[in-house]
Amino acid sequence: MSDETLSRPKGQDFEASLDRSDKTVASFEHNQKGLMDHIQKALHGNPTLVPVIVLALSVAVFGVIAGGKFFSAFNLTLIMQQVSIIGLLAAAQSLIVLTAGIDLSVAAIMVLMSVIMGNTAISLGVPTFFALLIGFAGGTAAGFLNGLMVTRLKLPPFIVTLGTWNIFYALNLWLSGAQSIRSQDIDASAAALKFFGEAFKLGSARVTYGSILMIVVFFALWYLLNKTAWGRHVYAIGDDKEAAELAGIRTDRTLVQVYMLAGFICAIAAWSSVGRIGSISPQAFYEGNLQSITAVVIGGISLFGGRGSILGALFGALIVGVFQSGLKLAGVDVLWQVFAVGWLIILAVSIDQWIRKVSA
Amino acid sequence: MMTQEPILKARGLVKRYGKVTALNNADFDLYPGEILAVIGDNGAGKSSLIKAISGAVVPDEGEITLEGKRIQFQSPLEARDAGIETVYQTLALSPALSITDNMFVGRELRKPGFMGKYFRMLDNKAMEAFAREKLNELGLMTIQNINQAVETLSGGQRQGVAVARAAAFGSKVIILDEPTAALGVKESRKVLELIQDVRSRGIPIVLISHNMPHVFEVADRIHVHRLGRRLCTINPKDYTMSDAVAFMTGAAEPPAEAAAA
Repeated sequence: MSDETLSRPKGQDFEASLDRSDKTVASFEHNQKGLMDHIQKALHGNPTLVPVIVLALSVAVFGVIAGGKFFSAFNLTLIMQQVSIIGLLAAAQSLIVLTAGIDLSVAAIMVLMSVIMGNTAISLGVPTFFALLIGFAGGTAAGFLNGLMVTRLKLPPFIVTLGTWNIFYALNLWLSGAQSIRSQDIDASAAALKFFGEAFKLGSARVTYGSILMIVVFFALWYLLNKTAWGRHVYAIGDDKEAAELAGIRTDRTLVQVYMLAGFICAIAAWSSVGRIGSISPQAFYEGNLQSITAVVIGGISLFGGRGSILGALFGALIVGVFQSGLKLAGVDVLWQVFAVGWLIILAVSIDQWIRKVSA
Repeated sequence: MMTQEPILKARGLVKRYGKVTALNNADFDLYPGEILAVIGDNGAGKSSLIKAISGAVVPDEGEITLEGKRIQFQSPLEARDAGIETVYQTLALSPALSITDNMFVGRELRKPGFMGKYFRMLDNKAMEAFAREKLNELGLMTIQNINQAVETLSGGQRQGVAVARAAAFGSKVIILDEPTAALGVKESRKVLELIQDVRSRGIPIVLISHNMPHVFEVADRIHVHRLGRRLCTINPKDYTMSDAVAFMTGAAEPPAEAAAA
């Protein structure tokens, strides 16, 4: 059999002329590559470059406008402290967005878990350690619920989390009786809940443990997403779920894990938020969902999934913080801060669209 | 003609979708080291047959054996673990991931020792070296950068990466679904050479194609599928392309000895 196969002429008759065909690789475009092409290609390879540049520029510009006050160690650590909660929510949001989803319920999960932690520790008198564990388990379970509905009921993540946002918010009002837990009451029986609001001095700077926590969470997630197989799978699912499934990834299982991890991070954020605002309020962070999406988008993570770095979301959160702080120190009305952030979002998404059109 | 046992064999496969019977008592045989082309008109049940073999659908009835052992796949993952690799028409590559990442999706290598065991760190160097070696073996190293995203490759190069992925991991059978359908003349030629290259390594190939010249060029045997079952198996040296088209469209009755095979 094989002898006959080998003696068969190679190729079809009509392909005989291929031997004489032009063998040079098409080269017309390569000669004219301009600066913009190089930039586009560089950004395609490293999408976090955009938020890094924007962050550096905005720090420089506000440094000039607002002067020394902006650059003081005190102010820079204050910015870190101010973005620490939205930063954590953005970390959770990034995971979902990388899978081409969106999670409108992150802030609702966080507030619900802070209420649960506070109620079990203070009203029920459960030791704080166990109250925290209940909160972490609750956050993970909330994420599990989201993930289950996305994978089993095949509903779009937008709809699922729009639903659970309302559900968690209502539960939170019910459990808390729409009442805040006062700072003194937390201090009296569960001071550990406020741990992440405490700080250490570094020269004139006041660094809260909450800021450190945010950075640690981001680097842990960076490691997970970039250095482990699980992280590759998250990217592959966001890129093309069908392809990932056919290539042998258990996409539904991974997706559920992603939602659970996001819920768990929201519970960590819940703990940190108690220290940040000093009390437990069912009305807090009502805009947290949208702020986390803002940070993710400005951070260069594609809403279409599979592209961008988790660290981009950290830079995105910091950019928003720098804008707010800088404009405030420059004496600009708060409405113009919102105005500026709005344009940043649109700019960031247009840059993402442009990067995705890169050709080899 | 064939004295060996088939490496992959199916008997009496039935698959119904509601009132539609996609597979109606279909048989299938693939012998070691051969290229078997599967041809059939649209709706003849080729895809369902291939899906049943590659684990993408579970047949309602019938049995499949691989190397004489009965197999029942619930998912493509199980088929792959058993050594049946499928290169889908869509290629199932993740466009934004690198060539290396795509080759190792679902079977990544971890670093040896502490970092790999407890921190599950990937061994990127080892994976890159392996990917480069495999692409080299198949003569695909016109690609400059093993870390470039798959979306920056040409259609033929992508097909090459997908075939290399299927051939790289000690597979027993490779199924290629319409590998040249989206390619130009030159790129098709490269892929056909690649297919013969893979066969010369002793891996049998199932080739699903509508392209008769390509089928007649590379196939050792041709499985003609019609109305949900195997109509006949023919030797491309004994029949012409128009014979094959006549059999698969029902314009001519297959010869008795071919139908029996």
